Amino acid sequence: MFIISSKFTRQIFLMKLHLKFDFNAICRKVLDEKLLEHNIKHKIIGFGEVKLLEKLSADRLESFSNDLKEYSIEIVENQKSILVQKIKDTITDMVFNNETATNLKASAYLSDTLGHSYGYLSNLFSEVTYTSIENFIIIQKIEYTKQLIINENLNLTEIAFKLNYSSVAHLSTQFKNTTGITPSAFQRIITKRRELN
Amino acid sequence: MHEDYINIILADDDEDDRLFFCDAFDELKITTRVKTFNDGVYLMDYLNAEDSVFPNILFLDLNMPRKSGLECLKEIKKNDKFKDIAIAIYSTSASEEDIEKTFIMGANIYIKKPNDFKTLKKVLEEVVTINWQYYTNGLNKDNFLLRL
Repeated sequence: MFIISSKFTRQIFLMKLHLKFDFNAICRKVLDEKLLEHNIKHKIIGFGEVKLLEKLSADRLESFSNDLKEYSIEIVENQKSILVQKIKDTITDMVFNNETATNLKASAYLSDTLGHSYGYLSNLFSEVTYTSIENFIIIQKIEYTKQLIINENLNLTEIAFKLNYSSVAHLSTQFKNTTGITPSAFQRIITKRRELN
Repeated sequence: MHEDYINIILADDDEDDRLFFCDAFDELKITTRVKTFNDGVYLMDYLNAEDSVFPNILFLDLNMPRKSGLECLKEIKKNDKFKDIAIAIYSTSASEEDIEKTFIMGANIYIKKPNDFKTLKKVLEEVVTINWQYYTNGLNKDNFLLRL
C-alpha cells in the first residue's frame, strides 16, 4: 500500500507505468461481464468459445453481438450454416411466395439461385440439418397448408391447387404421412384448442 | 448459432421404459442429453426450480403415480415460462379419445410406445428431427402436431 504525500505527487505523475497483460483473462472478463449484462446464461469454455445455456432470440443475439463489436470481438458464424440458411430461405420463399414452383424444379431453382451444384447443396444440407432438402420442402408445404386451413379457411381442394399438388389425395396423404393426423383432425384439434383458451 | 445438443426429459414410472428410452437416444446421430424422472411430482419440482435447464422436448407418460402426465401437461400449459418446451405424450394407450384430448390440451406430439427397440429408435429420431425443424426454422409452434 502506498501513501502518497503531496510532495511526491508530481513525481508520480511523471512516472512511467509498465503493464503486463493477460489477454486471455481480459477477454474472459469482458465476455463474462457482457454476457451478464445481457442476462445470458452461459459458460465460458475456453479461449474463443462460449456455451449458451439458454436459447437466444435473434434480437437478443444481435444486440449482444453489437455490444461486443465495441471491443472488436466478433461472433464468427460458420460459413456452412450461412449457406444452409440461404437454402432454407430460398425454399421457404419458393413455397410461400412463388406458388407455381414445383418439387421438380426445386433442384434447378436452388442451384441457379445459390450458384452451387444441387449435389453439393443437398449433401451440405443433410449434414447440417439432419434432414434432406426434399423433406424440408415437404415440411414447409405442410406448414403452409396448416396456415391456409386455419387462417384462411381454405378447403383442401383449393390448397392442393394453390400449392400445385397433382391431386387432393396426394396432398392429403402427404399431410397424414408428415404429421400422423388427417387435415380434418388437425383443423378440429386447433379449433377446439382455441375455444379452450 | 445452434446448441450442439438437444435437451430431452422423460417422466415415466416404468424403469424398463426409461432405460430403453435412454438407450435409444444414445444410438441416434443427433446428440442429446436425456434426463429422466420417476413421476410427475419429481418432474414438476425440477422444472419449477430456479436453476433448471428446460428441455427442448418433454416426454410425458400419461399414467404415473402421484401426479399424472395429464396433470403435468395442464400445469405446464398454464405457465408461460414453459412455452418453448415441445410436449410429447409417451403412452401405451392409443385411444383416439386420449390422443385428441391431449392435443387439444396443448401437447405437440403423441407417441404410442413402440413394442420393439428398433421402432422406438426410429420414432424418437423422427420426433427430434421434426422438432429441430420447428426450433431452428421459426415455424409456428401452435401448429405443431405430430402423431406417431
